[in-house]
Amino acid sequence: MRWLEYFRRSSPGSTANVAKDRLAIIVAREGRSNIKATYLPQLRQDILQVLAKYEKIDLDQVTVNVESQGECEVLELNVVLNDPSNVRKAGSSARHAPFFSDVKSSSLSAR
Amino acid sequence: MGYRTVAIDFDVGLRNLDLVMGCERRVVYDLINVIRGEATLRQAAIKDKRLENLYILPASQTRDKDALSRAGVEGVIEGLKKAGFEYIICDSPAGIEHGACMAMYYADHAFVVTNAEVSSVRDSDRILGLLDAKTHRAEQGLDRIKTHLLLTRYAPARVVKGEMLSHKDVIELLGIDFIGAIPESPAVLQSSNAGVPIILDTTTDAAQAYIDVVHRFLGEERPHRFLDPPKRGFFSRMFGADAPVAAAG
Repeated sequence: MRWLEYFRRSSPGSTANVAKDRLAIIVAREGRSNIKATYLPQLRQDILQVLAKYEKIDLDQVTVNVESQGECEVLELNVVLNDPSNVRKAGSSARHAPFFSDVKSSSLSAR
Repeated sequence: MGYRTVAIDFDVGLRNLDLVMGCERRVVYDLINVIRGEATLRQAAIKDKRLENLYILPASQTRDKDALSRAGVEGVIEGLKKAGFEYIICDSPAGIEHGACMAMYYADHAFVVTNAEVSSVRDSDRILGLLDAKTHRAEQGLDRIKTHLLLTRYAPARVVKGEMLSHKDVIELLGIDFIGAIPESPAVLQSSNAGVPIILDTTTDAAQAYIDVVHRFLGEERPHRFLDPPKRGFFSRMFGADAPVAAAG
């Protein structure tokens, strides 16, 4: 019934976009598409060690992502703090343009 | 093109280059024999029957992979250069194991061959990382290996429908030079069945795409083809079978 497809031109959902979004995260995290970001895994590890001094944190609870927004790149850092009563989400987004100009001044604040 | 070229199969244990090139019955010695000094390059390299200047150096099928040493590979490549070969193609096995590392180690150019599928694209990203770090050029601080993205089994009709990553998506994700896309084609299977490289069947779109890639690699500007689905008339859309490109996809 190929002729029916003619009337169903609009496909239900684009899986290609889903694939692209999923890959964008992995590829950036593995840190090759941007040469400057190759230290992201190490940065993540260091941040984790600092956080571990104050709070019990699971390795999986820290995510570091880099996103491009036009000409500037955004480093997004998400830390989930385990609160015994409820798990709150504490986030800190260090936004810089150009990329990573002053890492030292970025503060990690729990909201 | 007429350049003196040799293709080395680095997939030790799973040799297949000789089979797709149709010279499996003429294999006597292999790469490991040469590395161990049991045969000379002249004895091991098989001359292609179709092309004057093409030779194939097969991988060994049975021996263990550790015989493929870095010094041995360097010796083979130097020997081939001395024998006057202008292009040495190292056919890498899939993955990031020893064979792949040896194939890429002495490279000047790298073709990253991938299809538009998530696992394939991620693996390519991984290989690109290794090319930048674990190769002779990287370790000696020489210029980086020039990388070229080659997309295979590309189905423009599916890209339009949003079922497949587009070439632009893959280029953006991997961030390397795009050298061409090979359309999905039933002729590729028929070629490998017959042991004839697809590029020799110049009537097919896949062969034409490969020829374009070779010309681009040699520095010629060629417009990209086969990135859009073939135009189809009203009747063929209503009643016809899928175009070959879509049928195989």
